[in-house]
Amino acid sequence: MTNGRRGPVFWLLAAFFALFVLFLYGPTITILILSFQGPSGQLTFPMTGFSLHWFANLFEPQMVGDFAGSLRRSLILGLAVMIVTVVFSFSAGLAFRRRFVGSNVIFYLAIASLIVPSILISLGIGLLFRVLEIDPAWYSSAFGAHLTWTLPFGLLIMFAVFNRFDHRYEEAARDLGATPWQTVRHVILPIIAPSLIGVGLFGFTLSYDEYARSLYTAGSFNTLPLEIYGMTTNVTTPVLYALGSVTTGLSFLVIAIALVSFTWIRRRRERHGSDAGKAA
Amino acid sequence: MNRFKNWAPYLQVTPLALVFLVFLVIPIATIVVVSFFDYNTAQIIPAFLRQNYEELLTSPVTWQTYLQTVEFAAITWLLTFVIGFTIAYFLAFYVRSTTWQTVLFLVCTIPFWTSNVIRMISWIPFLGRNGLANMTLMQLGLIHQPLEFLLYSNFSVVLVYVHLYTLFMVVPIFNSMMRIDRSLLEAALDAGASGWQTLVNVILPLCKPGIAIGSIFVVTIVMGDFVTVRMMSGGLSASVALMMANAMSLLQYPAAAANAVILLIVVLMIVAAMMRVVDIRKEL
Repeated sequence: MTNGRRGPVFWLLAAFFALFVLFLYGPTITILILSFQGPSGQLTFPMTGFSLHWFANLFEPQMVGDFAGSLRRSLILGLAVMIVTVVFSFSAGLAFRRRFVGSNVIFYLAIASLIVPSILISLGIGLLFRVLEIDPAWYSSAFGAHLTWTLPFGLLIMFAVFNRFDHRYEEAARDLGATPWQTVRHVILPIIAPSLIGVGLFGFTLSYDEYARSLYTAGSFNTLPLEIYGMTTNVTTPVLYALGSVTTGLSFLVIAIALVSFTWIRRRRERHGSDAGKAA
Repeated sequence: MNRFKNWAPYLQVTPLALVFLVFLVIPIATIVVVSFFDYNTAQIIPAFLRQNYEELLTSPVTWQTYLQTVEFAAITWLLTFVIGFTIAYFLAFYVRSTTWQTVLFLVCTIPFWTSNVIRMISWIPFLGRNGLANMTLMQLGLIHQPLEFLLYSNFSVVLVYVHLYTLFMVVPIFNSMMRIDRSLLEAALDAGASGWQTLVNVILPLCKPGIAIGSIFVVTIVMGDFVTVRMMSGGLSASVALMMANAMSLLQYPAAAANAVILLIVVLMIVAAMMRVVDIRKEL
């Protein structure tokens, strides 16, 4: 099966794969095309022309709610969640390399955080803030709610990374007289940098796209997914698709940045070798 | 120095632990406490009542809704499993160059990092009454009237679930497949097994952990979903989480909380059953 010529099974599976990819991307491509709909166009085909009308429409606040404001909030929130996810997961990943009292509890909390439905976390945090008589806001309660979704991913990635980490690098650094901080800064960090980019990608995009966990925690100002969802119920023009194209474009940009930096680090490493040990 | 070393893990794990404590443990505890509270149209009143649970569990609507949600989860699980397994199988065993494997794997995973709400919206021009699917079928002469069930129905809900969550099956199953020692497959071949027999008797059992992890993701997400149901059924279908959201919008917080507790128990029971198949810590 894995050897020899490509038989009919290969082509059958390849066709299935191609259909799956079409299924994944087809709808997104459809709305990308429709967002260039002419000014008199509808939510479906045919195209009545080709224009940037609906993109321009998007930036007129009175037409579609607070797009610019919610976009700004979601970007800031996403960046904050990204930074905190990277730092906290890295730090916890270091801790989990040794057995400590309570490590199992924290591990199972992380798993619980993944499997407890998002709406329950949202509801719980919303109720908690209500009981404590604190107003929920996107930068406090929603920030925490997003972290309960991004941190488990970050932690699990860190587990996978440190399980494959060659501890001799660290021992060598220690033998050469590096302090624990120097070992982290000049040995561990450079080696696992690509994985940290991955954790950051999870942190930003999961927060930027999160709906359910923001629902009862965002307070009086909407994040972007809440705003988009609100629009689906009362906007019946292709401006909705323009919004979809812009947000998806932004997501692709972030993914591209992550992939490019990932490759860049690997290339640089191949050219220069590891810079571990160059610490003075 | 040595004292610091013993304390280091605790200091390093504290930020993460605090986030889970404040934003996971305490909120869930709050839900449990509030589920026993009394309420009226204006406020919630601290009390210890079983009434919220009694009302919930004696209402036939609750049972119908749970049944509907479990049905969604079961159908979605089956479809995502079959499709996810096939895709992973192709990637792991039929794509030979590592570069292509990485590229195709990325192609499958990129949509995961884009907005779910947008991906739902993007089905509307496709499935609507005058959408692409109906237009194409009519032009081909296969149907004479637009199919009404395509959008705003259980069909569109399940379709979008499969669209959004098959990836959660592909990734862990692919991961399990890549760990299979290729000499086992050759041994099966040498022993006279057909490709199909190898698949069923060698590959499938070795993929159990990946299948379990994928299943846990898909089932818990669908069990707790209400965005997809609300949006893709146009308000025609129900789900447990949607029922909770409706209670929330009527400010019946304790009723929503009681429902949340029951949903949590159901989900945890399902997950516990699946966890018997797999030790997650070993999979990392």
